[in-house]
Amino acid sequence: MSNKVLSDQRPLETIVDKPLYSPIKRRSFFMYAGATAGATALVLAGCNNNNDSSPGSIDVGSGDFGVLNYAYALEQLESAFYIQVLGGSYFTGAGAAEKQIFTDLALHEKIHVDFLRTAIASAGGTPIANLVPDFSTIDFTNRTSVLNAAQAFEDLGVQAYNGAGRYINSASYLLLAGKIVSVEARHAALIRDLIAYNSFVGPVSGATVTSNAVIDPSLTSATARQEQSKLPSVVLNTVNTYLATGSKLTATSFG
Amino acid sequence: MDLFQILSDIEKVDGEVYQRFDTRRQVFKHLSGMGKKVTAATLPALLSTMFNKAYGQTTALSQTIIDTLNLALSLEYLEFYYYSQGVTSGLFSGNDLNAITIIRDDEQGHINALRGVLGSNAIADPTAAAFDYTAGGRLAPFTSAALFLGNAQAFVDTGVRAYKGGAVNLISNKDILTAALNIHSVEARHSSHIRTMRRGGVGVAGVDGGGPNDSLPKSWISLLDGGGPAPAVTAPVYNAGSPAATYPAEDNVTQGIINVQSNSNITGPAGIPITAAAASEAFDEPLDANTVKIIARNFRSATAPAYLFA
Repeated sequence: MSNKVLSDQRPLETIVDKPLYSPIKRRSFFMYAGATAGATALVLAGCNNNNDSSPGSIDVGSGDFGVLNYAYALEQLESAFYIQVLGGSYFTGAGAAEKQIFTDLALHEKIHVDFLRTAIASAGGTPIANLVPDFSTIDFTNRTSVLNAAQAFEDLGVQAYNGAGRYINSASYLLLAGKIVSVEARHAALIRDLIAYNSFVGPVSGATVTSNAVIDPSLTSATARQEQSKLPSVVLNTVNTYLATGSKLTATSFG
Repeated sequence: MDLFQILSDIEKVDGEVYQRFDTRRQVFKHLSGMGKKVTAATLPALLSTMFNKAYGQTTALSQTIIDTLNLALSLEYLEFYYYSQGVTSGLFSGNDLNAITIIRDDEQGHINALRGVLGSNAIADPTAAAFDYTAGGRLAPFTSAALFLGNAQAFVDTGVRAYKGGAVNLISNKDILTAALNIHSVEARHSSHIRTMRRGGVGVAGVDGGGPNDSLPKSWISLLDGGGPAPAVTAPVYNAGSPAATYPAEDNVTQGIINVQSNSNITGPAGIPITAAAASEAFDEPLDANTVKIIARNFRSATAPAYLFA
């Protein structure tokens, strides 16, 4: 019992101390590694890419701790993203309103991620390892690139929390997830409005919702005007495109 | 009998046939796995079970679920007739009118979906005449766009808190729970947009706690938002429910046993300190059904049916 050697069984302080948000940029990595070693690394990376479901991936686990770790993983990704936004030149040059919005988003997500890790540990669970993001597709100097990524993360977060609700057994954890998801939905709506005003429930033409990107636009279906929640397996397909090799996620005990 | 052809035919008239089963993959897994053991005699029984599960209402809804969904439905009617009047009020044009129309349609969709789940257990449509949006003459929402949007914020924030508090009552029925969660987040999106409209658009920065008279609300609830747009009526929308330990006020910073502002394992990003405002904004709080009804009863008209928010 007491001789577990898994890396994520270390004392909480050790995990907290490890920087969550300082992924080595691909380019910097090659600089550090040197040209020859870099070439070798490229070959190895190529091999790993064929193997996304290899033992190198991280499973969120099962039961309520599995759902909480799934949420913790998503929040890690969001938090790391916003911290990188705050350090980028888009943010530095943004106007007062957007500066405040992104500062708030960074604060909320950092609070979520630190809270979830602390809560999982204090309830006797084991938080998953720190994930290494891969934001190489995002240009942090470019407003459109940052907003589009923020929209993807926020919409995905809402879809993920809603879709995972059915796997939560404990009423208090369900309530907790509810407290977080509506804040994510507020974020998502505002980011959408920043990109295309009035698109807070999805792409619109005038007063008509034109796609099911966010809600089912039907007025009469069983899911009329409801968020299009997604099951963990679907969410993770997208999430994994923003995670480095070795940090890819699975949720094998959920749908 | 070609089952796959039958499913394909059903899909032509019901595009969601596969979603009615657990997942498409599971249907085929189920069928191909069973295939070896299925005989001509057992196949009809197997199919009957599958389709019953997918389309049939196999068990009656519990009274708790009925009550929770009917309260949600009542709140949807409160909002639907409010936005309907907003659309025809002449207070809005352009993007603003479009937004009010989109939200009205969302509420219509939610009403239809909730009625579908409740079936004969649904309350009767209370009609627009059941609502007094002036709260007995204390508010004047149809005299200006700003006042209309202020009331809208109070309604939608009440709705978000009500769905959040009600969700735990639905935990035994995963499909109904998921539907409620999928409405809950849409209501939160509405709140975000109404708040953005109230502060003057995406180019205007909000203020911690909503600013003077909650005139510069953030798109998220910050502290108590100064009691909301009309504190004499709307303060309870942001205050604690009952019991307060489970349904704290919106300025709450303690989640479970963890104070998210002062806990040493929780720190701000990039050295930014966690203020009480930030700690409160990061979590929305639920409300209990009774507190929701007390708030909503302010908006019953003299002729409202007895069951409305009873």
